[in-house]
Amino acid sequence: MKHLLSVADLTREDAVRILDTAAQMAATQEREIKKLPTLRGRTVVNLFFEDSTRTRISFETAAKRLSADVINFSAKGSSVSKGESLKDTALTLQAMGADAVVIRHQASGAPHTLATAGWTRGAVVNAGDGMHQHPTQALLDAYTLRRHLVGDGGRADVYGRDLEGARVVLVGDVLHSRVARSNVGLLHTLGAEVVLVAPPTLVPVGAGAWPARVSYDLDATLAQVRPDAVMMLRVQRERMSSAGGGFFPSPLEYARRYGLDARRLAALPDHAVVLHPGPMNRGLEITADAADSPRSVIVEQVANGVAVRMAVLYLLLAGRNDGSAA
Amino acid sequence: MTTTWWLRGVRPLGGDATDVLVVDGVVAALGAEAAAQAAARDDVRVLEGAGHVLLPGLVDLHTHLREPGREDTETVASGTRAAAVGGFTAVHAMANTTPTQDTAGVVEQVWRLGRAAGWCDVHPVGAVTVGLEGERLAELGAMADSAARVRVFSDDGRCVHDPVVMRRALEYVKAFDGVVAQHAQEPRLTEGAQMHEGVVSAELGLAGWPAVAEEAVVARDVLLAEHVGSRLHVCHVSTAGSVEIVRWAKSRGIDVTAEVTPHHLLLTDESARGYDPHFKVNPPLRTQADVDAVRAGLADGTIDVVATDHAPHAREDKDCEWAAAAMGMTGLETVLSVVQQTMVDTGRMTWADVARVLSEAPARIGRVEDQGRPLAVGEPANLVVVDPAARRVVVPEEQATASRNSPLRGRELPGRVVATFLRGRATVLDGRPVDDPDRPGVAAGAAVGA
Repeated sequence: MKHLLSVADLTREDAVRILDTAAQMAATQEREIKKLPTLRGRTVVNLFFEDSTRTRISFETAAKRLSADVINFSAKGSSVSKGESLKDTALTLQAMGADAVVIRHQASGAPHTLATAGWTRGAVVNAGDGMHQHPTQALLDAYTLRRHLVGDGGRADVYGRDLEGARVVLVGDVLHSRVARSNVGLLHTLGAEVVLVAPPTLVPVGAGAWPARVSYDLDATLAQVRPDAVMMLRVQRERMSSAGGGFFPSPLEYARRYGLDARRLAALPDHAVVLHPGPMNRGLEITADAADSPRSVIVEQVANGVAVRMAVLYLLLAGRNDGSAA
Repeated sequence: MTTTWWLRGVRPLGGDATDVLVVDGVVAALGAEAAAQAAARDDVRVLEGAGHVLLPGLVDLHTHLREPGREDTETVASGTRAAAVGGFTAVHAMANTTPTQDTAGVVEQVWRLGRAAGWCDVHPVGAVTVGLEGERLAELGAMADSAARVRVFSDDGRCVHDPVVMRRALEYVKAFDGVVAQHAQEPRLTEGAQMHEGVVSAELGLAGWPAVAEEAVVARDVLLAEHVGSRLHVCHVSTAGSVEIVRWAKSRGIDVTAEVTPHHLLLTDESARGYDPHFKVNPPLRTQADVDAVRAGLADGTIDVVATDHAPHAREDKDCEWAAAAMGMTGLETVLSVVQQTMVDTGRMTWADVARVLSEAPARIGRVEDQGRPLAVGEPANLVVVDPAARRVVVPEEQATASRNSPLRGRELPGRVVATFLRGRATVLDGRPVDDPDRPGVAAGAAVGA
């Protein structure tokens, strides 16, 4: 693995190895001294063209726990806001000796361009590009699902396991969601069964080719599928305005038809868990009753995100200079 | 004044080998008569045809020459030189320059620049509306009456989306036998659009440009053209649905013509998978079913012409992330090869059909009287000699255009333009432009002070 650009680049074996490595990383995080010397002397650049405090902090924490030097480069207040191109930014970071570039960009494909245009020799990690991919989010979701749905809740017996047979329902703005695209791909690779639920306006034309079933009815889907997990996607309120595309009539109507509330939560099987990539719109796609319930693993997802990103940076960077495969 | 040329053993429209004698810019004799007259003269230059195909000089209905305004990407001189290398003897220069070609002054300037460069005839396209803003008709009559004699009007790059403005334009140009060439793109359905909306866009997370946004405008416009009895030309038809609508319109007797670009004949939206902006174009590359439909439409005459939509762009506008990149690709120097590969070598069309779609029909639509003529005695010697057996690999850095944004880099294509003649004057010989040694960028033999 040279870069992590899309979940489509990962085989089942690749993905399971990342999850297993993340489990090992998580184990180290329960020690008093959390810092590992693994990436001492390596430089990781967080190149964020879009605001995302939580993802940036997660990557920053992961890199620091591995003893890497971290440079945060955000578009605001930098030369990027003065119109500098992605190419020049990349060449600048290359000149400073970045071993890995973690990139968040509003344009789909920007990490792919960064990795293939010859502007940087470092490993490129996609931290979210436009409506395309957010592979570490899908990996942390898969990690979280594996912890809860596979084995008996202990740690050791999940090593080497995938999500074969798990039933996952993704609900919300699939059209604009890189989280949805990443999860559909990775969950399929790991053997899970995926159902997407959204108003028809928020399902992309062409989604029929995805390895997932599409439904417009959340209640019917929950009753029929009896899901092991429900993953709620963030919906931006402005999507309802005509300037924002007019995708649904009102937040109230959206919440009624597609929101996860106490009633729908009660309809889930007892073992089912609730996920959300954050940040949540409480009262829109999820109510406080659902978000704060014991079923909710939303806060745990954040902690797992650090372990998964430690695993990704470790696998991309450790041993990179001595030529051995990471 | 001009050289007398003896084209020996060329195959007009791919037929039997024969001789052609060109004297004083016109076809003077054919066959044995040409050989006999040539043998009797002492001022004859010989071009060994070696079984190459002879076609009337190509005519492009859709070229972006970028001058005035973006001379860093192309000039009238560099673009027409590239056109000559591609086999063209006339191009229609699109109106989206800076300043816009929306006045008699600007179209005359472009026309004069073309004359001075001497590579091929430049027929400026006039903007339909002032500044391409879609609101007020530009002075179409003034452009028609100018020295540039504009007959094709287009806001290309933008759609004349207001139905009333489109109706007025269609009606108004009847006064001087003009035609409105519509860039069919419903603007609200394509806000922020990055590529064809379908399976690939869903996967890549790029905002979709749905086929219906083109088809809805084509359908409206053919009905408007029928209602007011006007002539309509549809630029760069890219979808199967548009082909169907044009076919239906023609069957009703509506006076509509249509063009397809070489890239829509060859490439699909699958090309976007690597996020290489060299495949970003407007209208976008569509699906294989659409490619099959435009090929079928071209073969059966539903689509009248192949037009390049040659759109040079600066390096920095393609050396970036997809969303930030400019839309468009070069095409003048590869179009004949693409048509050969997709239509001739596949048996869908003959070389006579190629002459129809790349010379006769575009000249007729643009009301260019001295181009797209039959290969006959007394006709102006606008000619191109093609070696269909040649193979070549596209290297953008070796092209004559000033820009490098060809989507065909590294592709092997069939066919090569050997020579191009503009009214008997060789603008291209042995595949290379014939430059004036003393005047940079100017064709050898171009009139001084034109």
